[in-house]
Amino acid sequence: MGRKEDNIRKAQALMTKVDMIRNIGIAAHIDHGKTTLSDNLIAGAGMMSEDLAGKQLLLDYDEQEQARGITINAANASMVHDFKGAEYLINLIDTPGHVDFGGDVTRAMRAVDGAIVVVCAVEGIMPQTETVIRQAIKEKVKPILFVNKVDRLINELKVTPEQMQERFMKVIGRVNDLIQRIVPEEFRGVWGVKVDDGSVAFGSAYHNWATSVPFMKETGISFKEIYDYCANDNQKELAKRAPIHQVLLDMTIDHMPNPIEAQKYRIPHIWHGDKESEVGKSMVSCSNKGPIAMMITKIIMDPHAGEVAIGRLFSGSIMRGQELRIIGMPNKNRVQQLSLAVGGDRIAVEKLEAGNIVAVTGLKDAIAGSTATSDPDMAGFEKIVHVSDPVVTKAVEAKHTRDLPKLVEVLRSIAKADPSIVIEINQETGEHLMSGMGELHLEITEYRISKEYGVEINTSAPIVVYREGVEKASPRTFEGKSPNKHNRFYFIVEPLDDYLVDAINSGELQSEGKIKDPKQVGRVLQDLGMSKDMAKGIRLIHNKNMFLDRTKGIQYLYETMELCLQAFKEAMDGSPLAREKAMTMKVMLMDAKLHEDSIHRGPAQIIPAVRNGIFGAIAEAGRILLEPRQKVFITVPMDQMGGATREIQSRRAVIEDMTQDRDTTTIVAKAPVAEMFGFASAIRGTTGGRALWSTEFDGYERVPREIQEKVVGQIRTRKGLKPEPYPASYFSST
Amino acid sequence: MATNGLYLVGLGLGDAMDVSLKGLELIKRADTVFLEDYTSILTDCSLDDLEVLYGSKVEALDRVAVEDGAVILDAAGKGVCAFLVVGDPLCATTHTDLMLRARELRLEVHIIHGASILTAAPSLLGLQHYKFGRTTTLAYPEGDYFPTSPYDVIADNLERGLHTMVLLDIQTDRSRYMSAKEGLNLLLEMESRVGKGSLDPDTLVCVVARAGSAEPFVRCDTLGALKHMEMCGPPHTLIIPGKLHFLEAEALVELASAPESILE
Repeated sequence: MGRKEDNIRKAQALMTKVDMIRNIGIAAHIDHGKTTLSDNLIAGAGMMSEDLAGKQLLLDYDEQEQARGITINAANASMVHDFKGAEYLINLIDTPGHVDFGGDVTRAMRAVDGAIVVVCAVEGIMPQTETVIRQAIKEKVKPILFVNKVDRLINELKVTPEQMQERFMKVIGRVNDLIQRIVPEEFRGVWGVKVDDGSVAFGSAYHNWATSVPFMKETGISFKEIYDYCANDNQKELAKRAPIHQVLLDMTIDHMPNPIEAQKYRIPHIWHGDKESEVGKSMVSCSNKGPIAMMITKIIMDPHAGEVAIGRLFSGSIMRGQELRIIGMPNKNRVQQLSLAVGGDRIAVEKLEAGNIVAVTGLKDAIAGSTATSDPDMAGFEKIVHVSDPVVTKAVEAKHTRDLPKLVEVLRSIAKADPSIVIEINQETGEHLMSGMGELHLEITEYRISKEYGVEINTSAPIVVYREGVEKASPRTFEGKSPNKHNRFYFIVEPLDDYLVDAINSGELQSEGKIKDPKQVGRVLQDLGMSKDMAKGIRLIHNKNMFLDRTKGIQYLYETMELCLQAFKEAMDGSPLAREKAMTMKVMLMDAKLHEDSIHRGPAQIIPAVRNGIFGAIAEAGRILLEPRQKVFITVPMDQMGGATREIQSRRAVIEDMTQDRDTTTIVAKAPVAEMFGFASAIRGTTGGRALWSTEFDGYERVPREIQEKVVGQIRTRKGLKPEPYPASYFSST
Repeated sequence: MATNGLYLVGLGLGDAMDVSLKGLELIKRADTVFLEDYTSILTDCSLDDLEVLYGSKVEALDRVAVEDGAVILDAAGKGVCAFLVVGDPLCATTHTDLMLRARELRLEVHIIHGASILTAAPSLLGLQHYKFGRTTTLAYPEGDYFPTSPYDVIADNLERGLHTMVLLDIQTDRSRYMSAKEGLNLLLEMESRVGKGSLDPDTLVCVVARAGSAEPFVRCDTLGALKHMEMCGPPHTLIIPGKLHFLEAEALVELASAPESILE
């Protein structure tokens, strides 16, 4: 029997000893080496052959991921490690570094209690490094630091030992600055990384070595020696004396909380149900006896088992054959298989206990982000805040008509596994629209549809997802009439105040849905600064647009409100400028005049009346088109800088920053997503493939005034509308 | 000799023969004849029957066309336009707007009345028109849209001892005509949602079906009993009686087979 099998047995035994468990994630900017690190940790812990590690990229088990050399899915693996004479179980989740897949990162953070933040010593802190640290802290996940690619610092950049120290201090300083800025009060001054206590390690994931201050003290290996090993091209030897898995797993066990400690403070943060309920108490104490509560962070497609739900079991013990409910779904799902994940292998087990990261099949109603429970009254976990919205859409159709039913199934399955993919059906044309976080995200999803699911597809050219907004408050109330002219609604529309947008973005205000308790939400709004009179009228928030009822004592409005809200939603889903979704509009119903009998104010009357009122007010408030923008980070050798700059500048980009470090230049620019299509091959062409680049969603900004008309015309023509939007008067005459 | 303009002609109830002589003469002479096809239906008569009787073409208009109004106003500007409405043209409809728009265009507007369910139903039951409160209509619920104001109207009328005429939804475009049975179930659903206790299975209710036809159906019983009764085809109307005058009670027993206990 090999070490691997031996370890699997140990892992199964350790699963039940909660204080010996650590659940961790590895997070980093793209290409800073976290998948290589994960593989070497797993290999070192005896879960895969040491020769393969670093070459096979075990966690990148998607064929796609291996081909592109980047990690798309956050896969998971469990490892056994000895620390100070005791055995521990470490459950590891690998997270994607490409920001197109940011949704996955946030969900993975929900499952873990600690994160190893990997930073490349050469590039230093990159924007996504900051993003992942923010994501970790937002979930009360404790960060520790690994400075990677130290060998390149020595061998390629030829820095002196003193310069090296300086660089390390700079990285550590910036990480700590960021942590202290955003850390929750209770951990201020407690969380943070320190060289002396061993919460920082240095090394080379690729060459399989690492070190830390406690490790150096223990083994007597000095920094000078390490420097010499690298400089003399003898890292193999170094890897034997200072194996990376030992240093990093030691560090993990020493500095990360076990699930009992972590759930005490994380549960109240990520779950807002009744703390005194049985499930509440059981989760806070990480009890394996209480009701089952599992937060599903990911669905993967297994060719044999089908959909596998992976997530954190916060309470209870799951057994095979048990029936669980997915919160929000009517029927129970039967647990078919339970498994422990070891890289690509899933080892079947009979029982899984609280405090672990688990994989379960049979939960057919589960989607990434949902909660599985045995307690029918349990409240779901806090919604995982998405950092970005989908910004690029493609139409998808089956190459062979006979595949259409299968394609519908596959798209549903894809959206379940990756909630940052949004599938919609175009009501007019019947085509399926697939939206994602970027061009690459969609390309990868297309690849999966054809290769993994075996459905050949054709896709349209990518289309940018625009938003519509208003310039200012509409100058007067706009009257919308029902077709029978017996009902009238009066609206004012204005841009949603910044403090309300902030409150929605931060989660202080719900971002979506009907307001179930207007009094309570009204109080929240008042606390944020809205007048009492206005605040009590809050009825619905949809796509970050707010509907406020500012009327007083209108008879029968109560039974018409449902239709008003339906019309508001429709109006916000397709606004009058180009039938794109509206964003951050404040729609206020100022007055309404209704027919006495409900038969003359049914859906066919009220919906057009309200829509016309809102559309007219929007038109009078000044319609603006908003486009998604990306921050683009390009690192390029000095001699290629001119080409890279020209390439990005030809794309309506604004260069925000340019820094030089020896012979490389880093350009930070902001560019509209619309102009970034095809950037990958263009920049490869102009720089001879020597540019490293990444992007990050940077919100929506107004399309420049001088091109708005043209862009609107193009969108409308594409949708089969006449190129010019209707004037405000159109909405009062019909 | 009629002058150009818009003539709103009530067709009454039942069949083609319910129209007034004045109305019939006007229709025969009209240049254009439209039939409003969605607020009500004639029980025993088709479009063909009308055309045969009038000797002219009748164009049925759906709600969108009537509410838009352009074809009607255009015809009324060019000649004599008869706009036919089942019942009385401005009772329980929203054609006031059409009338006002025609006047705005300086067109002549005339109304030729017809019999209405609002008077026919009480007459068939022997209920006195003086004693009715506000009229209401039950609409088919749509998704989350479930208006309950009809219940409030009934409750209000009952409190004041008044009868309530409850009209039932007609959706000709979807070939749906709400039956008395569906209406009663909706009322019970509203009772359970609003819960003022105004209606229960013992509440006295009257049903009138196919008013104006040769054999109208007229019945008065408890809500619980009527819910299970087999009835003829549409259209149906409900009346929730309030406090009964002794002659009303006697009439209900005689005309509508009401339980004799109401005489006490």
